[in-house]
Amino acid sequence: MLEQLYFAMEVFLNGLMAGVLYALVALGFVLIFKASGIFNYAQGVMALFSALTLVGIMDGQVPFSHIINATLGTDIHHFGWHVPALFAIFGTVIVMVLFAWIVQRYIFRHLVGQEPIILFMATIGLAYFLEGVGDLMWGSEIKKLDVGLPQGINDTIDQVTYEMFGYGFFIDNLDIVATVVAVLLVIGLVIFAQYSKEGRAMRAVADDHQAALSVGVSLNFIWIMVWSVAGFVALVAGIMWGTKSGVQFSLSLIALKALPVLMLGGFTSIPGAIVGGLIIGVGEKLFEFFMSSSALAGELFGFTISATENWFAYVLALIFLVFRPQGLFGEKIIERV
Amino acid sequence: MLDSTESYVTEDGRTIGGVVMEMKNITLRFGGVVAIKDISFDIREGEIRAIIGPNGAGKSSMLNVISGFYVPQEGEVLFHGKPRPQLRPYEVAQQGIARTFQNIALFEGMTVLDNVMTGRLNKMNAGLLAQAIWRGKAEKEEIENREKAEKIIDFLEIQHIRKTPVSRLPYGLKKRVELARALVSEPSILLLDEPMAGMNVEEKEDMSRFILDVNDEFGTTIALIEHDMGVVMDLSDRVVVMDYGKKIGDGTPSDIRNNQAVIDAYLGVAHD
Repeated sequence: MLEQLYFAMEVFLNGLMAGVLYALVALGFVLIFKASGIFNYAQGVMALFSALTLVGIMDGQVPFSHIINATLGTDIHHFGWHVPALFAIFGTVIVMVLFAWIVQRYIFRHLVGQEPIILFMATIGLAYFLEGVGDLMWGSEIKKLDVGLPQGINDTIDQVTYEMFGYGFFIDNLDIVATVVAVLLVIGLVIFAQYSKEGRAMRAVADDHQAALSVGVSLNFIWIMVWSVAGFVALVAGIMWGTKSGVQFSLSLIALKALPVLMLGGFTSIPGAIVGGLIIGVGEKLFEFFMSSSALAGELFGFTISATENWFAYVLALIFLVFRPQGLFGEKIIERV
Repeated sequence: MLDSTESYVTEDGRTIGGVVMEMKNITLRFGGVVAIKDISFDIREGEIRAIIGPNGAGKSSMLNVISGFYVPQEGEVLFHGKPRPQLRPYEVAQQGIARTFQNIALFEGMTVLDNVMTGRLNKMNAGLLAQAIWRGKAEKEEIENREKAEKIIDFLEIQHIRKTPVSRLPYGLKKRVELARALVSEPSILLLDEPMAGMNVEEKEDMSRFILDVNDEFGTTIALIEHDMGVVMDLSDRVVVMDYGKKIGDGTPSDIRNNQAVIDAYLGVAHD
């Protein structure tokens, strides 16, 4: 029984770590939604695209090499150099800022004042477009991403817990790094939004466009900035997920897991995205552990279910929608009649 | 008739300078509807200039043209004697022309102090890095901006609600917060779109007093739109009267009071 408890604790901790990764994706959604009212379906694809670009730059891949080779009859694939991770990350940030500018200049500038559903549809289009561009630019095979983050079991925790409880906890080093990075990122974002000039302007735009214009804030500039920041958050998420499970196109599907996170945390709250992510991460891991264990669910209900991780988050989100539609931290929606 | 650079002293001892802004043959159309038809008038430095007229006369449209929210199809705006290129609203604000809105455009989610502080956004020049490490320029600017904001908050007597979220304030106070946000940017021209709309007599008196004080204390040029004829006549140095997009009168309050076209527009006229 004690063994079971320790195992449950380990599952809980791992759930927290998984939750951090969900929260990272959800964070990108919240940023754009707050500042421009756009629900950005493409956030997951942005994470994928940034990870692809990062790998491509690091490995010295030639962008669009398939098209170039097919039209010119050449056979080039690599420049033959390797770029250090830090420079490659810097390069990817520049690409994401450029992407933000293009998105603002060619899509959303023309859709100012449109219905939210139209903006949402535009981001769906953007998602598929970006996925296609990513494929054309960097190829569709699964790539390994290694920016030098530590991976594998953390031996210290394993040993210490073994000596204390007689049971070694399995915690992945990468998960610890991801947690630290996510915490730093959130602190940074909150300070930026609360105290910097650009952050204040961002909050102003989020609150009232007309009023923001009247105090001399350029909406265009703020929107480009917000998309850039969201691109940066996507890059961080892309690095973590890519390192964990390889850079592959199914990465864009993690965006769907961010949806229940947002329903829990609220679409407009940065802390909400974090708490929501953690609840979903822990909830689905513990639920899976409980329901699939013959000693627990088997004893209690007489049956076990497995693979609950696929649907648990959505069911939880549905329950939340019934009882607290604005999420844990979202702004309360009051309609006066 | 005064020359555009000449200045004069009013009865109550304020000095009104030369022309700072001039509207020249402005025409604004929305599709087939002509909102403003060939209107010209000027605003002198340090004066309180009122734009009045019945509903739908095009007053708000005129203010929107000045503040860059609307682009007129014809005519030009001269600022300090030079034709102003077509600017976006935020660029107009950066030139030192602040405004308030008829339907109040405040940041509802922020406190009064935060709202007022947004009025200082354009006065912050420190780079992001300086702000992050909170050194040198950033620190100095922030302290200075905060001082200015507190001064204006004191001036408009809204200290007691400094930390209250704007969404919880009554209408009259919201109007005053909006004025504070416009004022804190130390504008050279202040545009007020119906600053007294929907207020009771007492609130109107308060607002009138603040407008006069602002003009007196800071020497701010004020252009305002107002429905209430009595208030306008007491407040303003010169009045433009609009009706159906056309200018039907322009002059001192006493000129306007005796202008037959204005009387007709306001009281109606028998068509026979």
